Amino acid sequence: MTAAHKHPNYFAVFWWLLALTILEVGVIFLPIAKLLIGILLVGFALTKAALVAMYFMHLKFERRTLALIAITPLLLCVLLVFALLPDSSATPHRTTAPPQASTTSH
Amino acid sequence: MSQVAAMTTAVEPAESPLTPESWGKLGMWIFLAADAMSFGALLAGYGALRFGSVDWPVPADVLGIGLTAFMTFLLICSSVTMVLALAAIQKGDQRGLRIFLGLTILGGSLFLGMQAYEWTHLIHRGLALSSNPFGAALFGTTFFIITGFHGAHVTGGVIYLSCYLVRSLVGRLGQADANAIEIAALYWHFVDLVWILVFTFVYLL
Repeated sequence: MTAAHKHPNYFAVFWWLLALTILEVGVIFLPIAKLLIGILLVGFALTKAALVAMYFMHLKFERRTLALIAITPLLLCVLLVFALLPDSSATPHRTTAPPQASTTSH
Repeated sequence: MSQVAAMTTAVEPAESPLTPESWGKLGMWIFLAADAMSFGALLAGYGALRFGSVDWPVPADVLGIGLTAFMTFLLICSSVTMVLALAAIQKGDQRGLRIFLGLTILGGSLFLGMQAYEWTHLIHRGLALSSNPFGAALFGTTFFIITGFHGAHVTGGVIYLSCYLVRSLVGRLGQADANAIEIAALYWHFVDLVWILVFTFVYLL
């Protein structure tokens, strides 16, 4: 497969990327559950990223080991998100300065 | 020897390089994997800060989605012109290479110009690295650091590609250098790929 190195149809990939971008922008205005919107957005974004990597970066036509190198950061980042999960959910915090206390409580 | 090869077809010989074209290509892939971790860590940190915050603004209310959607479109277009530039140099078509490389650089420059416009606009509305009139201050911090880190990559890419355009214009970039353009293209597509994720996580989600 690497020897042939045939050119994929780049314009088909372009139209897919464009369509998915329009869908992404459209989906945030849909009157559906926030969680569902989030899942759809992440799904669309990962699909677009995979299209760019596989066709524009020719990953589909490379050796599989190279794809393993390319996918490693994604796996590590998923791990990182889970590692950070306790930190993000344990202590809800306001990051704006609290309004000046007008009443002194003690 | 052919007997040995026939017996061990399932096992790759240890000497066979991962990227037969050049070691530079493998080097670029490894660099990009490391760079992806930088972006990944920034985005994971963004997620942790955002979901731990109670006053995080809805990004679409603060940031201009229309403008950035167009910026996404621009980067996707510049990725297409980049693959066309690579196809041109592989065929030895210098004119095509210069046109498409020029268009890619133009796309990247327009992207940067629009990002500068967007930043100026947001800064005038009070968004800064450490303050945000619309809610959590960390919204400003994470926004400027993530989009700034990506913008720095686009700037680097524009300089990177401009060097090859100049080399082509002075006649020092031939068909034999197609691999160098392929490596530069990998970098450019990666910047596009990262923007797709940044656009989704920072602007839309």
